[in-house]
Amino acid sequence: MSVQKHLQTLEEESIYIIREVAAQFQKPVLLFSGGKDSITMAHLAKKAFYPAKIPFPFLHIDTGHNFPETIEFRDKLMDELGVELIVRYVQDSIDQNKVKEETGKYASRNSLQTVTLLDAIEELGYDACLGGARRDEEKSRAKERIFSVRDDFGQWDAKMQRPELFQILNGKINFGENVRAFPISNWTEEDVWNYIEREELELPSIYFAHERKMVKRDGSYLAHSSYLNLVESDEIVDKIVRFRTVGDMTCTAAVPSTADTIESVIRENKASKSSERGARIDDKRSESALELRKKGGYF
Amino acid sequence: MDLLRISTAGSVDDGKSTLIGRLLYDNNALTKEQEELIEKKTAEKGLQDLDFSVITDGLIAEREQGITIDVAHIYFSTQDRKFIIADSPGHVEYTRNMVTGASNAEASIILIDARKGLLEQSYRHYFISQLLRLHTVVFCVNKMDLVNYDEDVFLKIAAEVKQMTAQFEHSTPEIQIIPISSLKGDNVVFPSGETSWYQGPTLNEVLHEISSKKEDEKPFRFEVQNVLHVQNEEFVDFRGYAGKVASGSIKKGDEVVVLPSGNKSTVKEIRKYDRTFDEANAGESIVLSLNDDIDASRGTVFSLPDEAPSSDKTLDATLVWLNEQKGVFGGRYQLQASSRTVQAKLQQIHYVVPPEKPSLKVDASELKLNDISRVSFKLAQPLFVDAYANNKANGAFIVIDTQTNNTVAVGFVE
Repeated sequence: MSVQKHLQTLEEESIYIIREVAAQFQKPVLLFSGGKDSITMAHLAKKAFYPAKIPFPFLHIDTGHNFPETIEFRDKLMDELGVELIVRYVQDSIDQNKVKEETGKYASRNSLQTVTLLDAIEELGYDACLGGARRDEEKSRAKERIFSVRDDFGQWDAKMQRPELFQILNGKINFGENVRAFPISNWTEEDVWNYIEREELELPSIYFAHERKMVKRDGSYLAHSSYLNLVESDEIVDKIVRFRTVGDMTCTAAVPSTADTIESVIRENKASKSSERGARIDDKRSESALELRKKGGYF
Repeated sequence: MDLLRISTAGSVDDGKSTLIGRLLYDNNALTKEQEELIEKKTAEKGLQDLDFSVITDGLIAEREQGITIDVAHIYFSTQDRKFIIADSPGHVEYTRNMVTGASNAEASIILIDARKGLLEQSYRHYFISQLLRLHTVVFCVNKMDLVNYDEDVFLKIAAEVKQMTAQFEHSTPEIQIIPISSLKGDNVVFPSGETSWYQGPTLNEVLHEISSKKEDEKPFRFEVQNVLHVQNEEFVDFRGYAGKVASGSIKKGDEVVVLPSGNKSTVKEIRKYDRTFDEANAGESIVLSLNDDIDASRGTVFSLPDEAPSSDKTLDATLVWLNEQKGVFGGRYQLQASSRTVQAKLQQIHYVVPPEKPSLKVDASELKLNDISRVSFKLAQPLFVDAYANNKANGAFIVIDTQTNNTVAVGFVE
């Protein structure tokens, strides 16, 4: 049994979509977080336009609470690809009093990113943002179109989505609107890992088992860092872990694991019945957490 | 492993979300988080049977109203096949989302409530399935548990289904009718112990047997998405056309005609990233280079010289109207087929077809939401399309309102 055939179908489809974005919009940008999905996106963009260069810049909304390994990896990859990387900082939005740092045990900068992102879109005049979101991640994501039209407040109105037929992508928008485009919509977490293996892509080291100082909280393991507000019940332990999804250090939980190669990660994920989104503390706030953030312009 | 895309449709409360939940649950394809959520919500609501709808109804408004509003895409795989299900809404006003969900599917599942039989929506959903020329349509007669698994009820509905499908000139190659109960799990993944009178396959068996599409020989169609110019040490004066082979195949050295100019050249190189190939087939995203420097840009169509697509400036089509804003006779729109866009005028509305009586032709001067009609457009430039019946990949288009930029209709070239 080979996984290659459907991976190939997915790749062809994603390249088609990325090319449409480059052609239909004046000023597209690829949102790059340094995680495995955006690394996959970067690779697909490279393949879509080779031998020409990727015709759009990358934008990173930096929460300031990133894993240092991710940032190091990001800069190296940008050098290799020769693309322009633009970084906008959540810290700047905080300093400008546009958002307030959350407080308490579960304080995270994850939802604050929205304001920084919307400001960056306005400042730099982007009309399309390519993102690595997948429909299998979460059930409100499952409702997204490939071209998702947002108003100038970045809002997503699920009831007003345009019908999207066949592979015909309508990127026509009115002044002030912009589009979030999701070329890997139809990929699952397993597809991404299999593709990374097939294409021999490099990933930040935190995706593989390593020893780390962790905070055990509510049954989950969070990376110990100065960004995390510790409470009395937290337990600090040294643990061999890996991360299945990489977001803000304060809201991404690790899995105890000894899988230190792509192959063993794939095997272990398959055996586990949990989804990667289960490691996102911010989504656990409520059943509707992600939809509510998206309505407010979240990516 | 191959990939099968299915769409599901049914009327309100037919239990579609429950069916999908059941299909995943019995295939052991739910995540731990999903299983926990089902158990928690079932207990909260004090239900006896598991409440599967919480997995697919992803929007707050859907959970509030207990209905599905928009297409949800659900991914699961079994040992032998990977599935993408487009779970579409049943409510009449969301029919457009059903078309959206089904347009990329190879098969559709239409749910029928055993207590109600065929409803207006069932006709509409089947109409759309046959309009899309889906290879397989599976009718699931659901809630058999509520009619005591009565064979007569099933046979009566099966007869109605056969009567409906027989009305169409173009019949669906493969039609299955299965008595099921999503709630109890009968004939979804496991054969039912309650329907000994039914010897046919379970839904799961049908879904695994559908041959994933193998298109017949089609004419070669390729459309330029982007033009790539490169000038460096390795690539001197490189000019390539990035695009996807919509149908057919092309070989290095083949002569091609380039539309609209009508100029001809031969294929110099077929490239995918850093590798070159002698041949490319339908579905492949490639970069194509020609031996002559001819005018080709985004939207240019390549074909073989003796099988070029139609260059008519009149387009006859079947249209499904998808917007509250009505389509008007004489209205100006933009038509988009793949990456090509042309200005068009709705020149004639020949008639509207009621889905429950496809042989009827009703006069109309405007097109309302969900109307299925036969129309003619006058085009500013040719669209270079094929009849949908002959070539799905180059036979459909969308209609865009020039003021709102919304996609207001989908068209199938006649």
